Amino acid sequence: MSILIYADSSNGKLTKNAFEAANYGAQLAQQTGSSATALVTGTVSGIEELGKYGISKVLHASDATLDSFDPQKITHVIAEAAKSIGADTIIFSHDYSGKSVAPRLAAKLDAGLVSGAIALPNTDGGFVVKKAVFSGKAFAFVEVNSATKIVSVLPNSIEKKIGEGSAAIEAFAVEIPTTNLKVKEVRKESTELSLTEADIVVSAGRGLKGPENWGMIEELAHELGAATACSRPVADIGWRPHHEHVGQTGFAIRPNLYIAIGISGAIQHLAGVNGSKVIVVINTDAEAPFFKAADYGIVGDAFEVVPKLIEAVKKLKAQQ
Amino acid sequence: MKILVCISKAPDTTAKIAFTDGNTKFDENGVQFIVNPYDEWYALVRGLELKEANGGTVTVLNVGGAENDPIIRKALAIGADDAVRIDAAATDALSVAKQISNYAKDKGFDLIFLGKETIDYNGSQVGGMVAELMNLPYVSLATKIDVSGDVATVERDIEGGVEVVEVTGALVLSAAKGMAEARIPNMRGIMAARTKPLAVEAGTDVTAVTSIKNFELPPAKSACKLVAADNVEELVSLLHNEAKAI
Repeated sequence: MSILIYADSSNGKLTKNAFEAANYGAQLAQQTGSSATALVTGTVSGIEELGKYGISKVLHASDATLDSFDPQKITHVIAEAAKSIGADTIIFSHDYSGKSVAPRLAAKLDAGLVSGAIALPNTDGGFVVKKAVFSGKAFAFVEVNSATKIVSVLPNSIEKKIGEGSAAIEAFAVEIPTTNLKVKEVRKESTELSLTEADIVVSAGRGLKGPENWGMIEELAHELGAATACSRPVADIGWRPHHEHVGQTGFAIRPNLYIAIGISGAIQHLAGVNGSKVIVVINTDAEAPFFKAADYGIVGDAFEVVPKLIEAVKKLKAQQ
Repeated sequence: MKILVCISKAPDTTAKIAFTDGNTKFDENGVQFIVNPYDEWYALVRGLELKEANGGTVTVLNVGGAENDPIIRKALAIGADDAVRIDAAATDALSVAKQISNYAKDKGFDLIFLGKETIDYNGSQVGGMVAELMNLPYVSLATKIDVSGDVATVERDIEGGVEVVEVTGALVLSAAKGMAEARIPNMRGIMAARTKPLAVEAGTDVTAVTSIKNFELPPAKSACKLVAADNVEELVSLLHNEAKAI
């Protein structure tokens, strides 16, 4: 068995999700007694960092035409890399890049793909991967029966094992096909922490009564180093931008800590956040369904509780 | 402009999730099935908007048995011109993608739309697979598409931002929130849907490469620890010392 990990980059640096996918591949290699090789495409620095995540060898296809993200080109490069090292298992992150490339590669290699894996495959006599289904309301154990297997790992879902070491980088030369797609522009919300990558998310809903009251939500998020999010009604009535909407039809997130303020917790909202490790709910209504999904809760008025919470967090941070 | 919208059948968003046969099958008992919301609200409606602006046709396609006809009629009621059901079991993403591409490859569709994922298996796979099988560009999780001549300008979500791409010629696109506003079928649409063509085509012989061995429900959440509203410092202390989350 030989494992290839596609390590995605953004602005010339490997992403947090790339390191996670690399570590998943390295752990799988250790479990099966095989080797884990990473593939990096485009102009990227700091590649040797992958060594700390258990990768000993990196193939670097540094052709500058790969700097802009074209799934068709990347798929071709990954297929060539897989062929060159004889990879039978290929790992992605189940993030935006992974979602656009992994399925293409699966079709190209006639390989079974499990997307959104939340644990290492069970390789005891087969290849079975656990993933969340029904928007987090259940889990499925998916068996892959094809010779080549592809897994994309749900961000923030595995325990990372970080060690020492530096990865050896090998240039990987490959012919790049031409396609009908051109990347015209990339707009990053540079001042904000990416919602899907944030460890802590502070989210608020209609209980806040109006967009003018979001100052305290932003302040709490700032104190915690958190991203801000909102419920669907709040995005629909325009109090907050759509890219903050978490839930079944918005973004699905799984931070370490999710703080929901003034959100009742409709089943569709829970579907987008039920993968969070710790959930805190602050709501005036003790009967709000969200309390059933919460680890910690305060029944109280957000306008009284949140300012106190900001002070308490400040005090804690001052002690650290 | 010839537009194909692939729709999938999914349990209603409020359906109770349970399993039978030793946790190997989804329990469909009492479950209301709907058009997968991303396919209906965003892919189908944007397809209709583009047709209304530029002329052309919108065909909906579903892979499955006759039990799927009601959700196909719903898509026709919303405004699709005609429908095709590939009469084959939707066993896994790759086999569905092969059924779609085998059907679509010689039909000359300009745009092939589907939702960003289904709300049951949450795979986000079929669109990319169809694109690869048909050797077409694929824009995943798109939030906006405008078409001028044979050039489409598409915006898609990326980590912490938005990417704008330009595609010349045919493309496959998976639609996410922002693409369009859901439409509710009116009485005229519902009446018209009864007589719109729904062709049933035999599927091709394809083999599934993945299978679900069994399901598991998440462990029951332990009771929520309530902290008094006047004791917020206690919450911060619990989050720091017990949950180790801050």
